[in-house]
Amino acid sequence: MDSQDRSGGRRGQDKGASESQAHPKIVLVTGACRFLGGYLTARLAQNPSIEHVIAVDAIAPSKDLLRRMGRAEFVRADIRNPFIAKVIRNNDVDTVVHAAAASYVPRSGGKATLKELNVMGAIQLFAACQKAPSVRHVVVKSTSEVYGSSALDPVLFTEDSSSRRPPREGFARDSIDIEGYARGLARRRPDITLTILRLANMIGPAMDTALSRYLAGPVVPTIIGHDARLQLLHEQDALGALEHATMAGKAGTFNIGASGIIMMSQAIRRAGRIPMPVPRFALRAADSLWRATRYTEWDREQLDYLSYGRVMDTTRMRNELGYSPKWTTAEAFDDYVRGRGLTPIIDPRWVRSMESRAVSAAQRWGR
Amino acid sequence: MAGESKAKVIPLHANTGRQAAQRRSAARGESARRHPSLLSDPAGRASAEQIAAVVREIDDRRFAASGATAAEEAPNELAKKIAAVAEFIRKRMTGDYTVDEFGFDPHLNEAIFLPLLRVLFNSWFRVEVSGIENLPETGAALVVANHAGVLPFDGLMASVAVHDHHPAHRDLRLLAADLVFTMPAMGQAARKAGHTMACTADAHRLLAAGELTAVFPEGYKGLGKHFKDRYKLQRFGRGGFVAAALRAKAPIVPCSIVGSEEIYPMIADVKLLARLFGLPYFPITPLFPLAGPVGLVPLPSKWHIQFGEAIETADYDDSAADDPMVTFELTDQVRETIQQTLYQLLTQRRNTFLG
Repeated sequence: MDSQDRSGGRRGQDKGASESQAHPKIVLVTGACRFLGGYLTARLAQNPSIEHVIAVDAIAPSKDLLRRMGRAEFVRADIRNPFIAKVIRNNDVDTVVHAAAASYVPRSGGKATLKELNVMGAIQLFAACQKAPSVRHVVVKSTSEVYGSSALDPVLFTEDSSSRRPPREGFARDSIDIEGYARGLARRRPDITLTILRLANMIGPAMDTALSRYLAGPVVPTIIGHDARLQLLHEQDALGALEHATMAGKAGTFNIGASGIIMMSQAIRRAGRIPMPVPRFALRAADSLWRATRYTEWDREQLDYLSYGRVMDTTRMRNELGYSPKWTTAEAFDDYVRGRGLTPIIDPRWVRSMESRAVSAAQRWGR
Repeated sequence: MAGESKAKVIPLHANTGRQAAQRRSAARGESARRHPSLLSDPAGRASAEQIAAVVREIDDRRFAASGATAAEEAPNELAKKIAAVAEFIRKRMTGDYTVDEFGFDPHLNEAIFLPLLRVLFNSWFRVEVSGIENLPETGAALVVANHAGVLPFDGLMASVAVHDHHPAHRDLRLLAADLVFTMPAMGQAARKAGHTMACTADAHRLLAAGELTAVFPEGYKGLGKHFKDRYKLQRFGRGGFVAAALRAKAPIVPCSIVGSEEIYPMIADVKLLARLFGLPYFPITPLFPLAGPVGLVPLPSKWHIQFGEAIETADYDDSAADDPMVTFELTDQVRETIQQTLYQLLTQRRNTFLG
């Protein structure tokens, strides 16, 4: 049985080598009820070259999302459960897109639950992939948070650089572990092409992310004496990158981010928010008070991100993966501000009128 | 003939007339269907939009008229200044500027940082600049300079010198010590002024992007040396800067700065206090810390910055960057050039403060 499996795998590899250049046939997407998984399923379902798309999540999708998924089949399954192996085997899945890792789950448990979901789910899923000879290609959605952020970072992180102070907890740590398990899978099954996408912080009108929640209030707390360099990724570009990686079947780790950066202060000004400079320790104290009452995501990594930011080198994405995002960082951010309909507290029109008023006053006074 | 034209015209008029009549009757019908309280304001929404449009038009007219009168009067000196300041403030408040991936903010740098430094440059240190033609008009070059004076004023003055005296007004991007970037406000300001941390990756990235990059290979050894050792170049690191230049095939421009040694004459270094504060050295100068804040004011020595002839690195082959013999040789050559130029400039100088 085992030898058969292996020979099957090898045969599949030869076939897969020619096929992976062509197109994936049967795709399984995890985390289908979340933004990325759901809309990726919808996009893949619209692609006529893919025979079958299977969407998996532990909770049922909303009516709207289910309608969007179209011909894709939704399977309600927890990836932490060995049942997922059966789904992969019975459907002859050849491409698995793991988009379920989440940094934030509203209305559910604390950090421990999240870690459990992320890491145990990944272990179980990759184990299932390893057992299934039909699987040719695995795409893992990771995050730029694996690089951490500190004052002594290089200006741009390349895929080979690692963080100066490896994160010890939170989503960043989970993502490093997930990447590790994915590489383990690729090592044990050399015929599987593994694509790891490290997505920059995403933003956009539809997606709910840490950054969009942070900038939603009228007054935004900032850290005194620090201004983070932000590289963002438009939600549509994130979907595009995942879809491209699924179709292209290029092995490797890729940084996915928009070109150009904006500073945190600039982002706050562009959104018309009012910055409230707070000393770092005060923000941390307020945060721990807040955390005593309920779950928040602002751990130490996030505070570091707010202070220093993070920018990645996306040369490999452009040259090797062959994907280039449509939005630059500033455009993506402006699209988020416009799409959300954020009412600027400091109105640019008011600023402009004040400018013209000052100039005309000077004109009258100087005469 | 007339009948023909009539045949052409009449249906057209009749048609529009009928359409207008239809519209009128439709409006009447609609108003009849509406609640009587709304009758006083026929087509409320459209009228609001129309009013807004009219108001906008009036505003535009008025603005154009005032603009026209201003143009006739020719804006006076004060108005021009206020306009420039107001434009700057408007751009800052609405975030309408671009920042490069290093965090360099040319908009802020030219409006705030450079004018402040220019005061020091012109009035305090009265810097003389020579050999600026040795810097390329475009493309990468690595400026290697001596480092002295407890606080890195020499780097800032060199950046002003390049920006103000170079025909292309290029920005000099400094490679600064880690300590600068770990300090809260300082690190932020340094990033916005276009400087970055002295590490191989960043140096290579700056040179590959074709930027004019400056490095101070002496580091803390040069900055924190005693006054009695002034103008004696310290060891030039491990030659990492040469490897970076070789890899990017960028010319190396030696730069000698005279005057920086005297701004804070350091007569002692309290190692214990330095360790306590986590600093590389804790200087004692004749005025610091005894005279308090006065000790922080740099002495107004007369400066001279000279850029030497560029040393080309394009002729070396690709493996040269990893060859220690080549890098050591080049390092020594650059070091010798700077040291000789320093001695030369010192012999020309008659007085420390008057030049």
